[in-house]
Amino acid sequence: MQFWVIQSLNSLAMGGLLFMLSAGFSLIFGLLRIPNLAHGALFMLGAYLGATALANGLNFWLAALASGLAVGLLGVALEAILLRRLAGNEQAQVLVTLGVAFIIADLCLWGFGGDPMPLAAPRSLRPPVFLAGFAFPGWRLVVLGVALTTAASLWILLDRTRLGAMIRAGVDDRLMARSVGIRVSFLFSAVFFLGAFLAGFGGVIGGPILSAYPGLDAEMLPLALVVVILGGVGSLPGALVGSLIVGAIYNFGTALFPDLAYVVLFLPMVVVLAVKPTGLFGRVLR
Amino acid sequence: MKLSPILGFALVALTLACLPVLLPDGFYLGIATHALVFAILALSLDILIGQAGMTSLGHAVYLGLPAYAVAWLTVQAGWPPLPSVIVALLIGTLTAALFGLLALRASGLGFLMITLALGQVMWGVAYRWVALTGGDNGLRMPGRPVLLGIDLQAPLPFYAVVAVCLLAALICLWHLDRSAFGACLRGTRDQPRRMRMLGHDVWRIRYAGFVIAGFWGSVAGVLYCLDYQYVSPQALSLPQSAEALLMVVLGGAGTLAGPVVGAVIITAIKTVVSSYVDRWYSLLGLTFIVVVSLMPRGLVPGVRDLWERLRA
Repeated sequence: MQFWVIQSLNSLAMGGLLFMLSAGFSLIFGLLRIPNLAHGALFMLGAYLGATALANGLNFWLAALASGLAVGLLGVALEAILLRRLAGNEQAQVLVTLGVAFIIADLCLWGFGGDPMPLAAPRSLRPPVFLAGFAFPGWRLVVLGVALTTAASLWILLDRTRLGAMIRAGVDDRLMARSVGIRVSFLFSAVFFLGAFLAGFGGVIGGPILSAYPGLDAEMLPLALVVVILGGVGSLPGALVGSLIVGAIYNFGTALFPDLAYVVLFLPMVVVLAVKPTGLFGRVLR
Repeated sequence: MKLSPILGFALVALTLACLPVLLPDGFYLGIATHALVFAILALSLDILIGQAGMTSLGHAVYLGLPAYAVAWLTVQAGWPPLPSVIVALLIGTLTAALFGLLALRASGLGFLMITLALGQVMWGVAYRWVALTGGDNGLRMPGRPVLLGIDLQAPLPFYAVVAVCLLAALICLWHLDRSAFGACLRGTRDQPRRMRMLGHDVWRIRYAGFVIAGFWGSVAGVLYCLDYQYVSPQALSLPQSAEALLMVVLGGAGTLAGPVVGAVIITAIKTVVSSYVDRWYSLLGLTFIVVVSLMPRGLVPGVRDLWERLRA
C-alpha cells in the first residue's frame, strides 16, 4: 500500500516536471511547426546553471528564475539567429535544432565536467510531509504545486490575454493570423522565450529529483516527444494529460521493471498512434 | 557528365581494389574499412531520405541492433558465426518491419519524431538492460570469425568483404533507383495525393522502402560489429543516427555517390578530430548547422552543378 501511494505521488511529480518540459515544446511545435530537438539540452543547461548558482549560495527560487531567464534568452537567440533564416524549410530547421542540441550538450560536458551535480532543495521544503499516515517526500509535493501553478498561469496567458489569443491564432492558422495583422515573427520569439524559459526553469525545479548530469538531455527529449505524440501538437491540455500519463508510466515502469522502463514507456505511444495518429487532443495543423 | 553505369561500377570497383595498395599500412586500411561500413549505412538511410523523402532520426537502430545480435549470439549464446550473422540480419529487418508499422502512421516531421522516439527506446534498452547487453560497457567479441571459409581477422580480407558488400549495395540501390518501384517511391515523395489518385497504395510503397532501408542498414550493422569487434549503446544513440543523417545530407541526398562521399568525409574528420581533441559532438553539431544553412543540397549535387556550369 505504502509503495503504491508513494509511487503515485512520485508519478504526479514526474508528470508535473514533464509538463514544464513539454508545454513549451508543444507550443513551439504548434506555432513554428518544428519539434525543437534542443529542448532536452535546454532543460539540462537549466539544471547545470541552477546547480552552479546554488553552489555559489544563491537562493533556490532566484536560481531557478535566473536559469530560466538565461535559457529563455538563449532560446530567443537560437530562433532569431539560426531558425529565422531557414523559414519555410522545416526539415532544415529541425536539423539545426539538433546541431544546437549537440553543441549545448558537449559544451556542458566540457564546462561542468562528467560528474553529476546535485541540486539541493530549499532546506525548509526538504522534510517529509505526513498525510493520512503516509510520509510523502516534501519536495515532490512542491514540484507538483509548481507544475500546477505553471499550468494555471499558462492557461490564463493563452486563454485570457491578447498575447495568448494571438498565439492561439498562430497555432490554428499561421497564414490567416499573419494576414489579419498579427506579427507572427514576434510571436515566434515570444513562444520560443516562453518554451525555453520553462525548460530551463523546470531543469532547476526538477534538479533535486534528477540532478544535473551528462545525458540528462537525451533522457528528457524522448519523454517530451512521447508526451507530444500522446497529447497532440500545440495543445496545452494535451501536454498536461500526456505528461501525467507518461510520468505515471515512466515512474511505475522504472520501479517495477527497471530494465525495460523505456519499452514500457513506448507502449501508450503505440496505442495512440494506432488509434488516433494526431494524438489525444491533436488537430491537423494548417 | 553522364557515365555509363557499367563503366561507373567498374571504376568504383577498381578504386576499391586499388585502395589497399595505395594506403601505407593496416591502420589506414582500418579507417577506410570504417568509412565503407558507414557508407553502406548512409546509402540505406538515403533510400528513406533521397527516394522516399522521409527523414529518419532513428536509423542507428538498424546499425546497433544487428550489431548487438551478432555479438550476443556468437559470444553469449556460442552460436557459429554464419547463423549469427543471418539471424542478426533477420532481426534487423524484422525490427524495421515492426517499426515501419508505427513510424508510417505519420509522415514528415511526425515520422521524424516517431523514428527518434523509437531509436531512443532501443538505446534505453541497450543502456538499462545490463544483464543482456552489458549496459554501458557493451559487448566485446574475442576476434573476427571465419565466415564462409574466409578468415576475417586480418585487415585485408575483412576490407575486401566490406568492399564487396558496398558494391552490392550500390548495384542494388542503382537498380532500385531505376526500377518501377523506385519511381513509385519518388512519386510518393513528390506527389502523394496524385499517387493515391493513380491507384497506388502510398502506405505500402513507403513501407516497402522502409523495410529495404532497414535490411541494408542491418548489413552495415553486422559489418560494424565485425569491424570494431565491440558494440555499446553508443551505436544506438541519437548522435549515431544524426551522424548517419549528416553523411547523407552532406554528400547529397538522392544520389548514389553522395552518401558514400559523406560517409568518407565524416569518418575522416571524426578520426582526425578525435585524435587531437575531445570535442567531436560540438563539431558534429556545428557541421550540421553549417551544412544545412549553407549547403542544403549537399556536396555531390553542388559539385555537379558547378561542373555543368563550367562546361557550358
